[in-house]
Amino acid sequence: MEVIIILVILAILIAGSFLVAFFWATKDGQFDDTFSPSVRILIDNERDENKKH
Amino acid sequence: MNNTISAVDSKVSCYHCGNDCKDEDIKEDEKHFCCSGCFTVYDILKDNNLCGYYDLNTNAGISLKSKNFKGKFNYLAEKNIEAELLSFHDEHIAKVILNVPSIHCSSCVWLLENFPKILKGVISARLNFVKKELALDFDPNLVSLKEIVELMTTLGYEPQINLESTGKPKVIDYETRRLLFKIGVTGFCAGNIMMMSFPEYFNLDLANQLDATYQKFFLYFNFILALPVFFYGASDYLKGAYYSIVENSKGNSKILSVDIPIALGISALFLRSTFQTLVLQTAGYWDSMAGLVLFLLVGKWVQKVTFNYLSFDRSFKSYFPLAVKVKNESLQYKNVNDLAKGDIFIIHHQELIPTDAVLLNGNALIDYSFVTGEAKPIKKLKGETVFAGGRQVAEQIELLVQKPVSTSYLTQLWNNESFLKEKKIPTTELANAFSKYFTYLTISIAILVGIYWKFNDPSLIWPSVTAVLMVACPCALTLSLPFTMNATMSIFGKNRFFVKNQGVIQQLSEIDTIVFDKTGTLTEANKGEVRWVGDLNKQDERLVYTVVSQSVHPLSKLVASHLSQNSPLEINYIFEVKGQGIEAIVAGISVKVGRLDFVNGQANDAQDSEVHVSIADDYKGFFTIEPRFRPNWKVLLANFKKTFELALLSGDNNKMQDFLKPIFGLNMRFNQTPQDKLDYIKELQSEGNKVLMIGDGLNDAGALRESKIGIALTEDVQAFSPSCDAILDANKFENLAEYVGFSKTALNIVKLSFLLSVVYNIIGVGWAASGNLSPVLAAIFMPLSTLSVVFFAVGLTWLMAHIRKLI
Repeated sequence: MEVIIILVILAILIAGSFLVAFFWATKDGQFDDTFSPSVRILIDNERDENKKH
Repeated sequence: MNNTISAVDSKVSCYHCGNDCKDEDIKEDEKHFCCSGCFTVYDILKDNNLCGYYDLNTNAGISLKSKNFKGKFNYLAEKNIEAELLSFHDEHIAKVILNVPSIHCSSCVWLLENFPKILKGVISARLNFVKKELALDFDPNLVSLKEIVELMTTLGYEPQINLESTGKPKVIDYETRRLLFKIGVTGFCAGNIMMMSFPEYFNLDLANQLDATYQKFFLYFNFILALPVFFYGASDYLKGAYYSIVENSKGNSKILSVDIPIALGISALFLRSTFQTLVLQTAGYWDSMAGLVLFLLVGKWVQKVTFNYLSFDRSFKSYFPLAVKVKNESLQYKNVNDLAKGDIFIIHHQELIPTDAVLLNGNALIDYSFVTGEAKPIKKLKGETVFAGGRQVAEQIELLVQKPVSTSYLTQLWNNESFLKEKKIPTTELANAFSKYFTYLTISIAILVGIYWKFNDPSLIWPSVTAVLMVACPCALTLSLPFTMNATMSIFGKNRFFVKNQGVIQQLSEIDTIVFDKTGTLTEANKGEVRWVGDLNKQDERLVYTVVSQSVHPLSKLVASHLSQNSPLEINYIFEVKGQGIEAIVAGISVKVGRLDFVNGQANDAQDSEVHVSIADDYKGFFTIEPRFRPNWKVLLANFKKTFELALLSGDNNKMQDFLKPIFGLNMRFNQTPQDKLDYIKELQSEGNKVLMIGDGLNDAGALRESKIGIALTEDVQAFSPSCDAILDANKFENLAEYVGFSKTALNIVKLSFLLSVVYNIIGVGWAASGNLSPVLAAIFMPLSTLSVVFFAVGLTWLMAHIRKLI
């Protein structure tokens, strides 16, 4: 039943990859501006004038 | 989507900015606009198929009424000035970062990031909403910076360009990023350690071969995960404690940093747990240690949270223009920093004079209110010296530079020592004061416990001594301060009172003297009470109203609003001499409004805050404009007077002395230069007073800096305010006493939560001293005590704010 040990190590490696992702995001400046991205995602690329409600 | 139309408003509001279309109403596409500026923006957006701007937020636009910027950005056409603002440029691409204070909603993000669609040549636009910065890439062959800035201004997003603007990229806050890394690593390890500690807590059967294998595995697994927590996460505390001990042993400092008991606790946890893991092979206190470090780091991060869209460290540089028009061999713009003695430069109506100069040509009427606190504009004659910082309110003038900007009369103030040294604002003073007793107390208890067990049961010496050090770690104590202050800061922020950092709240609770500036602080800037002296009938009033309503001069506007119940008459002829007055023929009658010498034709030293009137060459009298005090200012001052020493510093004349005497008594000084103000504050503080200075202009900059707490009062928190510790919205001036009172409440809450954490510590130490503190007990008790203290402090702060109706 050493399988649990393997699983724990595997789990820690997966969790570790998220830690690395967090480092990457911080370095990239993702936490410098927390407002504009939330708006940016709402912006449509092209708008059709006729589609107006 | 199902839009229900609300009841039709009786007044029509502008589709763009939402203002009332009172004076003007432009109709287009069944939409109303309050001015041509707003309509222009709509037109541009419609042409570019960008009307989604209005879908995100209704009336999202910025009012463009009475905005005239023609020629304001001409200096950007100058290649060398433009190059100074660009952060990068070559033949095909130029990059610039512009500060845009008027950004306020999601529509702004949408419009500005769609900028490439509106203006050909702009390659990309990216907005940082928090910092209000727009990063633009553009092709310099297709479009110039001047065109970009002018279009942005047309749309209502005027970038702030001043002497402080440079193309240099902004410094990244690496300290905060490092802290985030530490929180990330510690949080990761703490979570995993907690999970891996569970099996041990649920009593593994070590006689069982399988359980024993797992127990060993989890033991070493936790040990490995705990290493980065101790050596990386907690490194600041360990270093801080080390330096504090070194400084104390050298005799340089008598303060024992709060880092010492923290480091002592963390080290005790680490050493004891290492011993248990490697020698005894039983579970250590790893989860307690990791949780403790994580809490501490989060507290540190909370302490750093500030209003980072506000600027508290502005010098005269952000008030001064970037460039002026210089007339040497040819007309060209020159960076204000490069002005040298002998240069001749041109200042237009409403422009700022950047350096000390001699008036060569033109009619100078200079408004120094922001610089000196002097309420009325000053007239200067040819050959007289004009000091830097004044705003020309009459027409164009030519000036000869006397001194470079950095040595001018005004900017000399910034060479004062109080500007050269960093203002010291303690953030941990309170915790350090506690830690002194705390450290000694903890160590003595640990020694006593050790001695006791030496005689009774020597096997319990080390378990009990380390347990005392572990439990006594002042985690809750250090956390309650930043969390309470953070809550207080956001409560203040909701009330439009923005403090620079948490230390300011603590300082605010300690002050005993309050010094006020007069012009712009007690009185409202650019507003006044209009009173008529003389004889004026109804018909005359209409004539005067017709004339003054045509002018944009501040005094004319005041008089116009005073007479606004009249309706205008037909104008046959009108001519405004800037800085002098207006002559007009209305309904066939000649009307003159303005300075006495202009109206009457005779020179004299008339008051500049008076508007004289003559009708059909018959002198009628004058309007006098008296400064208007802020609403409820008397109530506020009466409130303050109960507990604080009050004083008044004014750059203006002493006309108001008798009026203000009942409030300030003899603590009033008039005709004060910026340097005088600074010296007065210094004098007060050398007598042991803790001074709060409230001012609004550059003339107060020295005093704001020198005082223990400097509050800048401003009509618009985004606009320029001198270097200060806190910014207060002028509309909230009357509430200042409550804010000062609440800072005391906040400090009391912190002290109360200190008391609570001491109670916890007594319980914990009792346990520890008996040698019975098991890892599982520590893992429950330590985080629980910390969290409950933090929740107590934060909850009580919000509750008190609610009781005092601050939220």
